[in-house]
Amino acid sequence: MEVEEHLAVRKLRERFAQGVLEAGSHHGEVTLVLDRGVIEPACRFLRDDRDLVFDFLSDLTAVDRLRLDEPGPRFEVVYHLYSISRRNRLRLKVRAEDGQAVPTVSTVWEGANWFEREVFDLLGIPFAGHPDLRRIVLPDDWEGHPLRKDYPVETSPRWWEEGEIT
Amino acid sequence: MTAETRTMTINMGPQHPSTHGVLRLVLELDGEIVVKCVPHIGYLHTGIEKIAEAKRYLQVVPTTDRMDYLAPMSNNLVFSMAVEKLLGIEVPDRAKVIRVLMAELTRIKSHLVWLGTHALDIGAMSVFLYCFREREKIIDLYEMVSGQRMMSSYIRPGGLLADLPPGFEATAREFLDDFPARVDEYEDLLTRNRLWVQRTQGVGVLKRDEAIALGVTGPALRASGVAWDIRKSHPYMGYERYDFRISQGKNGDVYDRYLCRMFEMRECVKIARQALDRLPSGPINVEDPKIVPPPKHRVKQSMEALIHHFKLWSEGYSVPRGEAYVSIESPKGEFGCYIVSDGSNKPYRVHYRAPSFANLQALPKMVEGRLVADVVAAVGSIDIVLGEVDR
Repeated sequence: MEVEEHLAVRKLRERFAQGVLEAGSHHGEVTLVLDRGVIEPACRFLRDDRDLVFDFLSDLTAVDRLRLDEPGPRFEVVYHLYSISRRNRLRLKVRAEDGQAVPTVSTVWEGANWFEREVFDLLGIPFAGHPDLRRIVLPDDWEGHPLRKDYPVETSPRWWEEGEIT
Repeated sequence: MTAETRTMTINMGPQHPSTHGVLRLVLELDGEIVVKCVPHIGYLHTGIEKIAEAKRYLQVVPTTDRMDYLAPMSNNLVFSMAVEKLLGIEVPDRAKVIRVLMAELTRIKSHLVWLGTHALDIGAMSVFLYCFREREKIIDLYEMVSGQRMMSSYIRPGGLLADLPPGFEATAREFLDDFPARVDEYEDLLTRNRLWVQRTQGVGVLKRDEAIALGVTGPALRASGVAWDIRKSHPYMGYERYDFRISQGKNGDVYDRYLCRMFEMRECVKIARQALDRLPSGPINVEDPKIVPPPKHRVKQSMEALIHHFKLWSEGYSVPRGEAYVSIESPKGEFGCYIVSDGSNKPYRVHYRAPSFANLQALPKMVEGRLVADVVAAVGSIDIVLGEVDR
């Protein structure tokens, strides 16, 4: 099936004409790249639309594209949506430069809360409007964001070198 | 004189026997009532996703074992399926059937640890001993196929580590014949036990809509009345050809989650038996020497096989540029694996959608407004493994 004929793609284009930046299909997985500004209303629309009912957020993560040799902003937040009644999957993406905030979707799916905290913790992408944006797996005073591609993996942290640990 | 009431904040974990690992809960209490529950995780964070970026695809497999260490083969399976999707290969039938067989034995193994520890938390000591007695037999089967009792790395991209050894089928059948009676035994001890019922019914309730909004999956979601199981809705490895039913609860409480998993253990036996009955003959790996190493005897005779062998163990294989998300029904719920490949021999980015991570998020909703003692029951009922929560 052509990706443009996909119901979710058609409806999103209708509703958020300028907000849909790219649409593609790879290995049978439909991916839409949306404008950062429309991600929250688009998710709400996808969840509440009667034919689509993307009521379930399977996964939310992000990719640092620093070494990927692709044009566009550095970070990509990836959403895997699922519809339990329609049994459909859909992948959404939003791009952001370092330091740019992405609107939270925890207002649409409560479960996005921890997933966004994880992305904030490990990749350092802030989520605007998040109710509780703290680090989740690393200690609060950790420096840097390990899943970034420029994170120094072969050096030890300063507190280790200086013997500060007590 | 006026009485003053103050809430008290106490810390439960990370070293606490009933937090199933290193989970820390900060509880705000009003007497014995939990006003607020804030989970703190990360004590077992190992950076598995970052480690994967520095490893060749095959080298990532052993790291997946260490996430949900009670169900390593499920983790192997989802990673292998994601790599296979990117490579565009399909494993032979025999490999598929063995994968289903091992996945179901893994589910039983995982549920046994859940049941044993959950019952122990609530005060039923003997169930724990019985569960570990049966689990030992599955671990023996693990050892037979992979040489490893826990960290098996048996399922790999392209197929399996090795074929089933002689005697495996008979041992597996012996276990499967015996096991339903053992489940009866556990149920005799618990299902209508008045203490058990009082501690679990109406406790830790999660309503259907709440469960969906929070991204809860697996038996915890099904107990809330959503009949959704990836083995049925998006069958993989030929699950559509097996005859089995999925569990479904009604009340979404600790007791229903218990019933769902007990039901699943019996269904696992059914699936595993069908897998043994239909076990086709044939290869267990894709016949592509660029992905799966040639058999050792060929390496000694054929120059080409030697080259393939050398290339695979030194450089590995490159995976075409692209991305894929694959998910399976692990014992805990939807286990997803998202891989981004830049076309090299190492994954550019790997992300695991860990079911325990999402399920644990529902804990505050289950326990706020309830007694402290119910926290223990609720934690046990969502069946978390911290290795998977923290990754």
